[in-house]
Amino acid sequence: MTYLDHAATTPMLPEVLAAMAEQWGRVGNASSLHASGRAARRTAEQARERLAASLGARPSEVLFTGGGTESDNLAVKGIAWARREADPRRRRVVVSPAEHHAVLDSVEWLAEHDGVEITWVDVDPHGRVTPAALRAALGDGEDVSVASVMWANNEIGAVSDLAALADVAHAVGVPLHTDAVQAVGQVPVDFAASGVDALTMTGHKLGGPMGAGLLVLRRDADCMPLLHGGGQERDVRSGTLDVPAIVGLATATALAVDGREDRAERIASLRDRLVAGIMAAVPDAQLNGPPLDDLLDGTPEGGPGRLPGNAHVSFPGAEGDALLMLLDARGVECSTGSACSAGVARPSHVLLATGADAARARSSLRFSLGHTSTPEDVEQVLDVIGPVVERARRAGMGRR
Amino acid sequence: MRVVAAMSGGVDSAVAAALAVDAGHDVTGVHLALSQDRRAMRSGSRGCCTVEDADDARRVAGELGIPFYVWDLAAEFSEDVVDDFVAEYAAGRTPNPCLRCNEKIKFTAVLDRALALGFDAVVTGHHARLADGELRRSVDPAKDQSYVLGVLTPRQLAGAAFPLGGMTKQRVRAIAAERGYAVATKPDSHDICFIPDGDTRGFLARRLGALPGPVVDAATGTTVGEHQGAYGFTVGQRRGLGVATVDQRPRYVLDIEPVSRTVTIGTADQTGVGEVRTAPPTWTAAAPELPLRAEVQLRAHGAAVPCEVRAAGDGGLRLLLDGQQRGVAPGQSAVLYDPDPVRGDRVLGQGTVLGTA
Repeated sequence: MTYLDHAATTPMLPEVLAAMAEQWGRVGNASSLHASGRAARRTAEQARERLAASLGARPSEVLFTGGGTESDNLAVKGIAWARREADPRRRRVVVSPAEHHAVLDSVEWLAEHDGVEITWVDVDPHGRVTPAALRAALGDGEDVSVASVMWANNEIGAVSDLAALADVAHAVGVPLHTDAVQAVGQVPVDFAASGVDALTMTGHKLGGPMGAGLLVLRRDADCMPLLHGGGQERDVRSGTLDVPAIVGLATATALAVDGREDRAERIASLRDRLVAGIMAAVPDAQLNGPPLDDLLDGTPEGGPGRLPGNAHVSFPGAEGDALLMLLDARGVECSTGSACSAGVARPSHVLLATGADAARARSSLRFSLGHTSTPEDVEQVLDVIGPVVERARRAGMGRR
Repeated sequence: MRVVAAMSGGVDSAVAAALAVDAGHDVTGVHLALSQDRRAMRSGSRGCCTVEDADDARRVAGELGIPFYVWDLAAEFSEDVVDDFVAEYAAGRTPNPCLRCNEKIKFTAVLDRALALGFDAVVTGHHARLADGELRRSVDPAKDQSYVLGVLTPRQLAGAAFPLGGMTKQRVRAIAAERGYAVATKPDSHDICFIPDGDTRGFLARRLGALPGPVVDAATGTTVGEHQGAYGFTVGQRRGLGVATVDQRPRYVLDIEPVSRTVTIGTADQTGVGEVRTAPPTWTAAAPELPLRAEVQLRAHGAAVPCEVRAAGDGGLRLLLDGQQRGVAPGQSAVLYDPDPVRGDRVLGQGTVLGTA
């Protein structure tokens, strides 16, 4: 099996499995007052501190959630509500059309049901939000409750300069949320240094468990809860802490962040070989997203402008669905972009947002490499991609 | 063989896929997304290809351990089946959308795509027998679907497999239950899948708007009322004519004339037809020599009646019925069978009804 869908989820690291298994064997609700409860609390707080250290945050800024979708919903809705309650003029939210559906659908729900007005920030042809575009969308900021721009795009791998964007937002008094689900462990992410007010991350994209995520939220950021109950997490999020999952999340994040530079370099070189090989086998294939060697602000200090494991390629005349099926049958697992609940592939909203046409969007595949990827995985794709594309082209593009 | 099993989420296609796996084929399950406005849940026996149906199909594919994908053919279905359905009614005819779907979607769009992708055939849960290129009625006369497959050509049949033709529906449900499939007790689909509320006249009214015209009684030669759209009528229809007649005898629709939108009604003795003319036919095998004796079925759930099949000058067929038939509606298919009580009546081919005499 050639698993090249790490942006969907990653295999769990053995250290994570071991740490979680150990914790599963213990009783204790972290909110209980007796010895078992105190032990669970201590374990959870140690994990919180490790996570804070990995992410450049303070422990009190780390809120445990059930994953990236919950964190995005909580940040966007919670901050929008809290800030509008403080000042009813703040009816606008500012987001990019290339956001993950957890953000897009949250703001669209607010627009449909809660009188919120959406201002879309333009993305550049590489899928990135520039400071100038955000500045234009914010205006004087007086009527804006929250802005949300993802750190790294899950489909085409574009990395935005969150520090620069946070400066722009703060200049007009608007808090900035970022979905960093794909960024943590792939590119340098430092919460405090970036200046963002809220940051979403999740465990299962970096070798940790599913169903465990974080919202890193500045202590001075107002955020209304979505889940009411025991008030466990700063009264912003209720629910019994899932201590084994939290331990797994902290273990995975520490390993991903500590080993990031070496791993990113290794994965990027595999990815570059993959893209070069695809272009050689299918000369009219088109790479989507930023150039492979792109750098934020043009210098190595700014960090990579594209996720090291991301290869997003369009194959003109072939449907992404058909390519995926043919590769799947040959043991190569990848994605057409973001999967829909019903399994019907839609043209990627991210590619459409970059100005690509629907045909290019529908003919694309995403290969995402990660910590388990090997040179053999790359060779496996290159062995089959030529004939697979040829066959998919024979099946055509349908009438959509 | 490498086959695509078209899986609607119903019990028939689930068992058909399972039997294909049992037969040793390399099976890939495919659910067809045909509606442009997908509903989350199905309600009873109506509608189709909701997300819930896709989930039901995926669940069975998961148990079978076969790959499963959703193919979005909503644009093709909308053009080739739904638009055709509306246009046919607008032209005063009575189409059969299931037959059109088999012809244009399952055994053209899906089959062509499957063949191009390296598959050998498409397996469906239709109740009909297909062996050695011969298409025959199902052993379950109540569930036989050979009528809506009668339009398939030898090339299409060569790429088709119907594993359920040799068993009853009861047996299909029993197999599903034995295997523990939740769809074992799922209700059968009825009505037209793209009209989930079952109100065909309302659907057509929304698509076509009001197109009023006269209702003329052939018994008296007088205009007896006005209708809001000839598409609300089918030749042979008795109920819902909305006119009062002087003699209290029931009236039936005899004819729909689309240009003047005249709906002609008449008494029972005026409804019988002895001859049917069709468009140029399709044959399930090499075209037979004409004339020939056969049985013809003139609508989806009608009985087959003996007839003589003759060539008409325009490439179509003249079907001389042994007796008089009622309710022969232009637009329906006249499907021809070679009776065979042992192996099942064999489908010879079909022609779309153009008119009657």
